[in-house]
Amino acid sequence: MPQSVESAQAIAESDAVAVERTLAGDRDAYRVLVERHSNSIFRLAYRMTGNRHDAEEVVQEAFLRGYQKLGQFAARSNFGTWVYRIAANYAIDRMRQRQKEEARREAPRVEDRDGMENDPLNRIKDDAPTPERLTQSIELRKQMEQALAALTEAERTAFVMRHWEGCGIEEIAAVLKSSSNATKNTVFRAVQKLRRALQPFVETKAQARAMGTES
Amino acid sequence: MNHLTEEELIAYREGVAVKRAVISEHLAACEECRGELERIEAVLAALDTLPVPDPGADYGRRVWREIAPQLREKPGRWWQVWMEPRRLVAAGAAVALIVAAFVAGRITKRVNTSDNVASKEQVRERVLVVAVGEHLGHSERMLVELSNAAPIDPKQKEVNISAEQRRAEDLLQENRLYRQTALQEGDAGLANVLDELERVLLDVAHSPDEVTPAQLEAIQKKIEGRGILFKVRVVNKELQQRQEAREPAPAHNESAKRERNKV
Repeated sequence: MPQSVESAQAIAESDAVAVERTLAGDRDAYRVLVERHSNSIFRLAYRMTGNRHDAEEVVQEAFLRGYQKLGQFAARSNFGTWVYRIAANYAIDRMRQRQKEEARREAPRVEDRDGMENDPLNRIKDDAPTPERLTQSIELRKQMEQALAALTEAERTAFVMRHWEGCGIEEIAAVLKSSSNATKNTVFRAVQKLRRALQPFVETKAQARAMGTES
Repeated sequence: MNHLTEEELIAYREGVAVKRAVISEHLAACEECRGELERIEAVLAALDTLPVPDPGADYGRRVWREIAPQLREKPGRWWQVWMEPRRLVAAGAAVALIVAAFVAGRITKRVNTSDNVASKEQVRERVLVVAVGEHLGHSERMLVELSNAAPIDPKQKEVNISAEQRRAEDLLQENRLYRQTALQEGDAGLANVLDELERVLLDVAHSPDEVTPAQLEAIQKKIEGRGILFKVRVVNKELQQRQEAREPAPAHNESAKRERNKV
């Protein structure tokens, strides 16, 4: 959810105060930062890693590393952006590790890849009698998860940070340790791959209009 | 009329296009490109429906409860980060190698100028052999303990491997240093084994503090599957033999390196 300029500035100023107090030895001041930014970092981490367990680990590790390196942050202006970058970097490491593990496994861990306990679609068995539309939705979601999982770590990071998190190209380039142009190419490749994989399953408005099914 | 490329349309849709105004103008006039953009947007709109689980309103508080016991009283200023024990261990090892290399140079100068290069290499290698031998010994012990770890009670849902995890973190720092040194010394076989060990240490260091018996078994299978314990033992034994030989002939050194490359 986008924040107004005023509220973003107020949060950044409040964060700066909390950072200074933490550096001065008030460990509880760090709690304010953790409680304020945990949810947004979880969202980023979940979209990058694709499962809840890894996302929660990324959040904890990001704040632990943030605390350890807080002295290096002092000259910077925005704690949220800074810890977000730490989380993105750690999520990339986690994705690499997970890919290696899964490559060695014979069958993928379905319970981890799903990880969406609150989603009602998740509770429906594939073989259960369901309306056609619901079946298509389940199939589409599986396809989307597979398409995202098939991206490289850099492509997935670039896509998540740009498309879902609205990060600037420079910020993404810093995480990927890449140039702006290379990062733009990575975003392009990610969308192109997703499109190739998903277009056959997605009904466009034009098709819906032609078939008279647009709501 | 030249149509827009897929790259231009994706860049436009994702807000990273350079000539945005030109693309907008073209889209206003070209139905075909609008249709293409619509197809890209349909895929992205579908992806937007993928849910992200809500971790709950008290998630921040839960994260704090998890990490608070692991935080020091006061975070480090930038220079204090370099004073962490594990960094000091790695830095100490680096300093030892540099000092040894310097001493090697001094000693060999005094002994015989004609054998200068060979002697320097021998002393430098001896230092590497001793330091790496110790490192491999520590790594082997940690991996053996982890391989033998098991839940005390069969009903136990999680096994705490935080001690092995911390040791793996410390060993990881040393391992990187020795691997780079081995590469610089042209010892590709040793560097390869250290590279494999580094991957295992990385896996252990990045494991959760507490793992389920199934996860523990997966880690143990990974250690076993890579045969890393066997490789570490073979290399360590070979290093010990080199150390015992004191002043091995260069030809022997080369053959030893070649042997290890086969491991």
